[in-house]
Parts: sequence; C-alpha cells; structure tokens
Amino acid sequence: MLAFIAMHRIAFMTILMKEIRRFMRIWQQTLLPPAITMTLYFIIFGSLIGSRIGEMSGISYMSFIMPGLIMMSVINNAYSNVSSSFFSNKFQRSVEELLVAPLPNSVILTGFVFGGVARGLMTGIIVTMVALFFTDVTVFNFWILSSVVLLSSILFSLAGFINALYANKFDDVSIVPTFLLTPLSYLGGVFFSTDLLPSHWQIVSQFNPILYMVNGFRYGMLGVSDVSLATCYTILISLILILFFISMRLLNRGKGIRP
Amino acid sequence: MSLIENYSGPALSISGLGKVYDNGFVALKDVNLQVNQGDFFALLGPNGAGKSTTLGIVSGLVNKTQGKVSLLGLDLDGDIYAAKRLLGVVPQEFNFNQFEKVRDIVVTQAGYYGIEKKEAGVRADKYLKALGLWDKRDVPSRMLSGGMKRRLMIARALVHGPKVLILDEPTAGVDIELRQSMWLYLQKLNEEEGVTIILTTHYLEEAESLCKNIAIINHGEIVKNTSTKELLQELHTQTLVVDLIQAYPVRPDLKALTVTWVDDSCFEVEVNKGTAINELFEVFNDAEISVSSIRPKSNRLETLFVDLVRK
Repeated sequence: MLAFIAMHRIAFMTILMKEIRRFMRIWQQTLLPPAITMTLYFIIFGSLIGSRIGEMSGISYMSFIMPGLIMMSVINNAYSNVSSSFFSNKFQRSVEELLVAPLPNSVILTGFVFGGVARGLMTGIIVTMVALFFTDVTVFNFWILSSVVLLSSILFSLAGFINALYANKFDDVSIVPTFLLTPLSYLGGVFFSTDLLPSHWQIVSQFNPILYMVNGFRYGMLGVSDVSLATCYTILISLILILFFISMRLLNRGKGIRP
Repeated sequence: MSLIENYSGPALSISGLGKVYDNGFVALKDVNLQVNQGDFFALLGPNGAGKSTTLGIVSGLVNKTQGKVSLLGLDLDGDIYAAKRLLGVVPQEFNFNQFEKVRDIVVTQAGYYGIEKKEAGVRADKYLKALGLWDKRDVPSRMLSGGMKRRLMIARALVHGPKVLILDEPTAGVDIELRQSMWLYLQKLNEEEGVTIILTTHYLEEAESLCKNIAIINHGEIVKNTSTKELLQELHTQTLVVDLIQAYPVRPDLKALTVTWVDDSCFEVEVNKGTAINELFEVFNDAEISVSSIRPKSNRLETLFVDLVRK
C-alpha cells in the first residue's frame, strides 16, 4: 500500500513539475502579460482615475483595487494554465502518455490542478510585487489571505480542466475567459464596492462567485469586505467539491480523451 | 509482481471484445484472441478493420463496449494499474509534446510509472543510447526526423520495463535501413529479454519474416489466428516469374504448365504447393529454353491476406 502511494506521489509530482516547467519555459506568454496588464491597471485606474475618486470603503482607491487586481490575475492564470495545457495535451495527443500509464484519474486531475495553482500563485506574487511600486501592501490576516487565494486558484483550475475536456479547438478554451471570466471579474467588486450598486443589482451580484473571492482576499489584506467570510468559504469549498466531482465523472467516462 | 513471475498463461487474452463508437460505427464485433508469452505476434488487417481499436482498448486509450481483456492474467477491469505496468505502447501517430526535449519526454514517462527521477534518468539514457538517440537527447522533439521520432516512442514505451510491447504500425513512413535496424532491436528485445511483442504492420513481408504467429482481423472480427508457418502452408499455389536469356517471338511448348506470357522473354508460371523446382527445369530443358532468373511474383503472405480479407 505504501509503495502504491509512493508511486502515485512520484506521478503527481511528475505532472506538477512538468506543468511548472511548461509555464516557466514560455514565461513571455504566461508570467509577463499579467505583470504588464496590472501595471497599466495600477497606473490608469489607481493613479490617474483613482486620485479623483478618493476613498472607497474608507480606504484609498489604489489600496481598494489592489486585492481585486491580484485576485483577478490569480483566477485568470490558474484557469488558463489548466485549460490551455490540458487542451494542448489533447491536441498533440500527448494526453495518451498519461492514459497508458498506471495513473488514477484523481492523480491526473490533481497534478494539472496544482499546476494551475502554481501558476496562479506565482502570478499573484508577481502582481503583488508590481503593486509595491504604487502603494503599500498590508496583510490584515495572513491565513485568510493565503487560504482564499489557494482555494480560488484550485476552483478556477478545476473549471479550466472541465473547459479543456469539452474543448475541441483552441477557440473553445478562450471563449470562457473572454465571455464569462472577464465580465464576472469586472462585476465582482474588483473596482467598486457593491454598496454603490442599486439594490436589485446588489442582489444579482450575490450570484457572482468571484465577488466572494475578491472580498475574502480583500479582507485578508485590508480587513474590509462586502460579504461575510463564512459565506465566502462556504461558496468556495462547495464549488470546489462540485467541480471536482464533475471533473472526475468526466474523466472516468473518458470525455474528450478516450473514445 | 511476484504473481506475474510464476504465471505461465497467455501474455494477452481477449474474449468477446466489442466496440461501438458514439456515432454508431461497429469497430469490433466479437474479437477473441490469445498471444502467448514471448511471442512475436502480428495483428494484420486492412484499414478500418479494427486493429488500432483492439490495441487501443488493450492500451487503455479506447473504452470497450463489451468483452474481457487480460494482460499476463491481470484483468484490465479489475487490476488496471498492475496490468498497465506490464505494458508498453508505441502508437501509430506521434503523441509526445513537440516542444519538450527528447530526454525529458522519456524521463517524464518513467515518472508517470512511479519511477524516481534519478533511476528514470539512468533508464532513459540506456534506451536513448540503445536506439541511437543519445546525441539528440537535449534537442526539442519537433527537431527529430520521422524515424527518430518513432525510436523516441519506442524508448519511451520501454523505460518502465514492460513485459508486453504493443507497436501500432511502427515502421510506417520509415526508410528501409532504419526499418531493418528497428526490427533487429525488437528481435533482440524479444529473444534476449523475453518481451512479448504485438504489432500491426502494412509491410506483410515483415510480418512473414519476423512474427511467429499472425492474426488477421477484418470487419471487426478475427478471420485467422495461427502460426505464420501454418498460415503459409494454406497456400495451395504460388506464381513464379521466369526471365529468359533470349526472346521467344514464337512461344515454346511448355506442356502442362499453366503459363502466362508477360512479353517475349518473360512469363509467369503457376505451380502447386510441394512442386519440386527440378520438375520445372525438366520442362524448360525439354522446351530448350534458357532461364536467367526465377522469383516469386508477390509476397506469399500478401496473397493469403488479400484472399482472406476479400471473403
């Protein structure tokens, strides 16, 4: 049994390290763009427009948007790492290397998901370092901050994996980030407090999961949030469990990978 | 593994295997097949006959609709992980990451089998050297020639030390010299290390000269499964091409031989199995014709193959 676990640990680490090697090898496409995009966000929204806005939820606008921008980068990069990498494996048929090996589907899934988490966290660190040029970075509660960012990157890596299983062409892996992730991020309280929204839009925004992640992370950094932490964790953990079981079911059926 | 060491049954056992794809195409109807340990076995069939589907199911790349498959006594439904450890697969299409380096591909594959990185490196180096890829170990795989890519897939399939090696048309598009060296390596693997080899090929002369046993699949069913020797004995006649030293505008009398003239200095003769070649020359001598060469018209197995798949 121990040997069995040890072999699967090696297999998991192999997938994880391969994924890390992949996004490090193409850092110009994976790590550099979020640094540039976020620099522009900080300059335009934080410095130029933010100075005219003043305070939001009792703190400077630059400080207010910083956690949301970091979280937005983490989410997008975790998602796109898994969706593009796993789809690329399908496209090049190198997914067959995994299918012929004695790998449980759970090891394949967790290997790719933690590859996405690794890229999400690395992007988060890079964007945080960029933010240091514009404002002070504070940590109100390290454990809340790190747990929310970890759970969010797991959740969006799982979502990226499901996207890759269903995708038949490269366009299919860019549809969800463009038409779903970006609008949800922008409406998820990155740039404004939901208190500013009319009451009916406040109700609608409660169905946006990104709102809870951004606010949970903002609470970890600044100690302010539009939502309760308990709701944030409940939604995150529930969605992770749901997407994990969907991913496993699809993998066991061979959806998109095994005719 | 200790269970496998004492196991003396077939390397591969397939019973009642069926596959219907989502679009309704019936790829396999009721495939029953056994491959003995240590065999060098060919699964032959025309395009779309079900070869790749059969091997895909054994390899875990295709879901079966019905039937049982076991590898060295391990049922693929019950002991899937133990069974997969015994199997190496060389697919028909290149299926590795084109951007990864050659050595990384082999080492990574070993990792999927739970082999520690250091040991994986040692094994990768061994197979890259054996297959003539050592000089290319740090080259991105997309830079390799077609033949080298095939050898890379063989190295990758061997890195975990499989007992059964499946090769789906491994010599497709490979030049003659490389094909021969590849076969020599596989023969060595079969004879010296006892690895059971199961392959599909369109080069029937290879199957005839290399494989001990042959199965022919057509329309999703096994239509023949026997030893190469017995299969060839089923041929009742063969056609020989006879080239003559001089032209004969007036055809000489060749008595009872069934002859078809190709031109004035060449004819084809159909002879029954077991006919002594001396008998032919007696007829040629009586007819006072001088023969410069005599050769079979086509590969013998090819004749049988075409007969079987046309039925």
